[in-house]
Amino acid sequence: MVRRMVLPVAAAAAFILLLAAVQRLLMPKYMDGVYEGRLVAEYYSEEKFHDVIFIGDCELYENVSPAALWEGFGIPSYIRGSAQQLVWQSYYLLEETLQYETPGVVVFSVLAMMYDTPQSEAYNRLHADGMRLSPQKLKTVGASMTEGEAWITYLLPLLRYHDRWRELSRADLAYFWGGRRVSHNGFMVRADVRPAGPMPVPPKLPDYRFGENAYAYLDKIADLCEQNGAVLLLVKAPSLYPHWYEPWDGQMAEYAAARGLEYLNLLALSDEIGLDFQTDTYNGGLHLNVWGAEKLSAYLGPFLRERYALPDRRGEDAALDARWAAKLAAYQAQKDAQRREIEEHGKIVTAFFAD
Amino acid sequence: MLFTSYTFLLFLAVVLTACWLCPPRFRWRLTLAASVVFYAWLGWSSLAYLAVTVALAYVAGRLMGRLHAQREAFLSASADRPREERRAYSKRNEAARRRVLAACLTLILGALLAVKYTAWAVGGANALFGTGLAAPRLLMPMGVSFFTFQTAGYLIDVYRGAVKAERGAARLALFCSFFPQMVQGPISRWGDLSQTLFSADKINSGDFFAGIQRIVLGFFKKLVIADRLLAAVRTVTADPETYHGAYAALGILLYAVTLYADFTGGIDIALGAARAMGVRLAENFDRPFAAASAAEYWRRWHITMGTWFRDYLFYPLSASRPLTRLSRWARGKNAAAGRRVPVYAATLTVWLATGAWHGASWNFWVWGLANGLVIVLSEECAPLYKRFHARFGLGKTAAYRAFAVVRTFCLMSLIRSLDIYDGVGTTFRAIGSIVTRFDAGNVINGGFSALGLTAGDAAVAAGAVLVLLVWGRRGRDGTRETSAALQTALTLALLMVTLVFGAYGPGYDAGQFIYNRF
Repeated sequence: MVRRMVLPVAAAAAFILLLAAVQRLLMPKYMDGVYEGRLVAEYYSEEKFHDVIFIGDCELYENVSPAALWEGFGIPSYIRGSAQQLVWQSYYLLEETLQYETPGVVVFSVLAMMYDTPQSEAYNRLHADGMRLSPQKLKTVGASMTEGEAWITYLLPLLRYHDRWRELSRADLAYFWGGRRVSHNGFMVRADVRPAGPMPVPPKLPDYRFGENAYAYLDKIADLCEQNGAVLLLVKAPSLYPHWYEPWDGQMAEYAAARGLEYLNLLALSDEIGLDFQTDTYNGGLHLNVWGAEKLSAYLGPFLRERYALPDRRGEDAALDARWAAKLAAYQAQKDAQRREIEEHGKIVTAFFAD
Repeated sequence: MLFTSYTFLLFLAVVLTACWLCPPRFRWRLTLAASVVFYAWLGWSSLAYLAVTVALAYVAGRLMGRLHAQREAFLSASADRPREERRAYSKRNEAARRRVLAACLTLILGALLAVKYTAWAVGGANALFGTGLAAPRLLMPMGVSFFTFQTAGYLIDVYRGAVKAERGAARLALFCSFFPQMVQGPISRWGDLSQTLFSADKINSGDFFAGIQRIVLGFFKKLVIADRLLAAVRTVTADPETYHGAYAALGILLYAVTLYADFTGGIDIALGAARAMGVRLAENFDRPFAAASAAEYWRRWHITMGTWFRDYLFYPLSASRPLTRLSRWARGKNAAAGRRVPVYAATLTVWLATGAWHGASWNFWVWGLANGLVIVLSEECAPLYKRFHARFGLGKTAAYRAFAVVRTFCLMSLIRSLDIYDGVGTTFRAIGSIVTRFDAGNVINGGFSALGLTAGDAAVAAGAVLVLLVWGRRGRDGTRETSAALQTALTLALLMVTLVFGAYGPGYDAGQFIYNRF
């Protein structure tokens, strides 16, 4: 009996190994252009000790600098975000995060409230492909799939990416065993500047009410924080586009008041924060550059410390200090590298990596 | 539920696991339940259509079975009666059976005709008489031609007494609806299929793994070859004005490969799925592109359809009263003609019916007629060929056989092009352009890229065809049985190649098998 089983078991094992290898080879490495695809996965290799978890889309991972929050205020934080992260994706990612750690404060970017239905497979992939297999991953995929997508392709991504044999590049071989880090605790550094110009006239919308689905998941986020003893802070980041309509702002303020939460419209506080959209943005006002993000962090740090009585963790634990010292060094090194490339070439050429 | 959908794969995995685990005596019931789920997935109305077909076949089968039993009882109880009386009783009994058979066949074949031909007939009438009749939207259940023919075959066999009428309605329902063969055949016979379909033996692990291997081979053919090349075929046939001459020849050649891979791939999946459940379905292909004549080609391609038409239409037609009369009349003029005329008439009729079975389109009628004419002409010219071969010593040489194989392939490919072009005239113009405007430079300069195939696509398709040839040779040499390790390794390698190089997912219009529409 045992001898009869040897061949099938060995064959199955060899096949699974080969399948895993081929899948790894063919999956996008997100190392040459769309670096955001690495953001969600980077969290798993982190030491899970953060007082603040930021959860949301590019309005967080390109606008808030956890390194600056630590350096200036001793707040350990992490941004769990991905491109166009939808509210339900934020919810399930938060649920997963809370299984690893219990932060004191959860900061949620409310721009995602503008989407009530699944949007695009490309963004779904940037978000879910990096998630570890878990009930949360399955649920987020189920809630996010657009027409024509198949649930199984998130479990076995080879089924989705098999056709990439046509476009395999050196990066696929070079990063076969794993890619480089692209973020500093979820924050993507951009040191270049492209001033904001005139913004397109915001289109009139047929209905300014946020959707029921978005509200339902926002409720779930609020409930989840409550159940886990975390305070939820709703923020609208200081990005000029997509346009943040007055009725949207009003609805968020109402919602926050109704649920006893804090809502900060940081866009409206841009002057108070000291943001200058001629120098503090790298793509014309859509997102802040590292200098703008540091200004915003300098504003948020004292606010978080005072409002939520967060402790200054610096000097509390040698190991924590050492970890953050290494992070700050890497952060500084990337800023310097980008600055050098901008001086030499007028743009960032290679310094997109955090390590 | 398409064979190439994730839903089907999941469904099949569940069914195979359940079949493996359930007590063998309950397996056929489980298979019936799975078949009902499979067909219900396509729509409740399709399931209802199938259920009515089964119900009619059951009632008619039981009635004919009872008449058979009455006849047997009468004959055994009346051995001492006059021969004429016994013969008269038999005749009356047969006439009664024939009435039951005719009524049931009229209903199920009439329904098939109605769902396939109503819209076409109304369109034709509108074109002919300038009327503006609206064609009713009739349900077109998937695989309707296949299960109708399978059911009709059962009824004719019961009528002839070749098989006993099935007493269990559920068992007959399973025979008519066995899900692996529902989509595109093969067309099974009760006498063959029932031997394993209702078997209470445990599933043999050898059968199970052989079935899985066959399924993998089927997906390889369908996804790596057929669906990759189909886009190029569509490009050529959608715009025959641009893609004429050498492009038309290339399109027709690619369609031959595409259809072969698509149809045999689907059949491999059906046969593999059935075998993994311990059920043996009839083989439907025997290397058709190795045929040296049209008649041989049709003995190797879609075998179960060919034998169905032979047994249930050609033979009865040849022996029918009108053709017997025709034969007698022709024999009066010429003895040799007397032998051939009824055969040729039956052949042409069968091929027209085969064309009609394929679909409601003039293309298929012409396709059927062309096949019939080629076979009749070949038969008529056979003595001439024989003398020619004898004179030049060609008949048995390998070179001549190779020539005959290539000739048959080209001829059948040209006839098959009626499948893909829109309209008979367009097809003939496209074929004509191969002679009148070949212009090989077009293809040499434009290459496959003009057809939507990259160099990578072409290389993958060519490599896959090569793999298929080697795989086929392995089977013929009998080496398949040599080593379980090698079999496993080859199957897993084929699966890996299919997973990576299959034309599926976003960007591909994969899915339907070409034969689904028939």
